[in-house]
Amino acid sequence: MNSSRFPSRLLENAVNEFSRLPGIGRKTALRLALFILKQEKDDVQRFSEAVKALREEIQYCKVCHNLSDDEICEICANPKRDHAQVCVVESIRDVMAIENTQQYKGIYHVLGGVISPMDGIGPDDLSINPLVEKASTGAVSEVIFALSATMEGDTTNFYIYKKLAAFPISVTTIARGVSVGDELEYADEVTLGRSLVNRLPFEKTL
Amino acid sequence: MFIYAFKFEQLLSSSGKLLFLHKRIWHQMHLNHLNLLNFKNIRQAELSFIEGINCFVGDNGAGKTNLLDAIYYLSFCKSYFNSIDSQLICHEEEFFVVQGRYERDSQPEDIYAGLKRSQKKQFKRNKKEYPRLSEHIGLLPLVMISPGDERLIVDGSDQRRKFVDGVISQIDKNYLEQLLRYNRILNQRNTLLKSARGKSGVIESQIDIWNSQLALTGQAIFDRRRMFVEQLEPVFQKYHNYISGGNEVVKINYHSHHQKGDIELMLQHNLAKDIVLGYTTRGVHRDDLELLLNSYAVKKDGSQGQKKTFFIALKLAQFEFLNSHFGYPPVLLLDDLFDKLDENRGNRLVELVGSDLFRQIFITDTQKQRLLDIVKHTGKNYAFFDVKEGEVVKDAQNVMND
Ligand SMILES: [Zn+2]
Repeated sequence: MNSSRFPSRLLENAVNEFSRLPGIGRKTALRLALFILKQEKDDVQRFSEAVKALREEIQYCKVCHNLSDDEICEICANPKRDHAQVCVVESIRDVMAIENTQQYKGIYHVLGGVISPMDGIGPDDLSINPLVEKASTGAVSEVIFALSATMEGDTTNFYIYKKLAAFPISVTTIARGVSVGDELEYADEVTLGRSLVNRLPFEKTL
Repeated sequence: MFIYAFKFEQLLSSSGKLLFLHKRIWHQMHLNHLNLLNFKNIRQAELSFIEGINCFVGDNGAGKTNLLDAIYYLSFCKSYFNSIDSQLICHEEEFFVVQGRYERDSQPEDIYAGLKRSQKKQFKRNKKEYPRLSEHIGLLPLVMISPGDERLIVDGSDQRRKFVDGVISQIDKNYLEQLLRYNRILNQRNTLLKSARGKSGVIESQIDIWNSQLALTGQAIFDRRRMFVEQLEPVFQKYHNYISGGNEVVKINYHSHHQKGDIELMLQHNLAKDIVLGYTTRGVHRDDLELLLNSYAVKKDGSQGQKKTFFIALKLAQFEFLNSHFGYPPVLLLDDLFDKLDENRGNRLVELVGSDLFRQIFITDTQKQRLLDIVKHTGKNYAFFDVKEGEVVKDAQNVMND
């Protein structure tokens, strides 16, 4: 049996596209494509429009670089949040993890990664300068580091810490209950919530 | 025949340094049985050992050292001599099995190591497979001393760092993490240096941060190594004195860039050179131990026998560190050490391992009578095994000393 031979070119195209998704092999892709075929046309229409709109209409928040439907994200636009408290994270997934704890009432700053020459990422490839500019205006009273507890995460913290040293800002880091190398998104909500509440002055962790 | 007027312990108390005697041995660990199938040139062997001195005698290439390597394998999940597991499988066979039954604090421990060609190796403790091999390391402490350890003396500084790091990480888990972190920082910095070649302005924004990180972690490693070498030297000297007869003055000097000033400044000063070379020229990754014999470098001026005495004493010092860390003596493997060691030194080495600090010892030698003459006088139980072309036979004349 030749599994790569498809009775329909359209089916083959769909399988090809599905199998480009992370974690999806050709077998699963075929199963998904056949599932789609069995659905009502309206449902499939909605599905494909959601995917298309996701890519075409989503924006990055001008303030924090979080994902947003508008120029400013819901968190940054919310007057009830403390805009003087800024939590620095690597990615949007970290924002979601911290939001799930419901323990944090400040705003975020999404860096887009950590400094790592081996991955070709330098400070200029990350949104560090906008954070420093924001701090220089006097609008920030506390910066909380919540990067992954890897050597590169530490190095990035240290880099930003030095840049912020000129301003009267308290710099803190979340207390790590999680072991070294664990990604923020894998920490459970209770642990993560607790480590946000029990954060430490960054200079004490040096 | 030589007879010593004093025991090793007495030698120690006279010098006032009782480095291990405070730790009387209540814990115990030894290997009772060893089963081998298709391990290197040994197709099949079922051996029972004693607490005391186990001697493997036979010609070169008979398989004596392979027996030691099998025992080493059970402690470290790898061969001492060959990093490619599949090459341990006997020629033209499909698998090997090494099985050991130990007694540890009066409890039996069954350790199983097996490998089929082109499959993952299996490593089990009491029939349960380890999720990670690293969990096994440390269960059965062991020190092997073999002629190849001459590398410690004659090869580059990396061999001596490996020795120091190996001992410290076994007694200090935190140290291994520092080392891994340092190597990662070093890799990152070297990658950055290479990316800066031929281009300008690439690294200015971040080189300082990597310098600080390297200096910070390097300092922690430097402090730990310095402390270790300070503790190592007297222990090493003690063993060296004993084996050599005490007529040679030996020293270990630790050298590090960290002793020469502010390492962060040095990294800054050498940046241009580092960029040209594409790697970092300052830091603890260039540390070395200077090994001196009567104030000359033993590497250059030592005879074969002097070099041998030197590395044997270093490894025995390692043995003592592990002994005080674990609270019981590791198994000691002595591979073919009597060749090129003068008779007195060879005798004193065996006399030494006959002392109470050592519990279970495995020795290989080509000359049975020589070894027999020495072990007879140790006061320890001993057993002899004849090894011939991969066949191992327990000697009928096994003697239990009392
Ligand atoms: Zn925002």
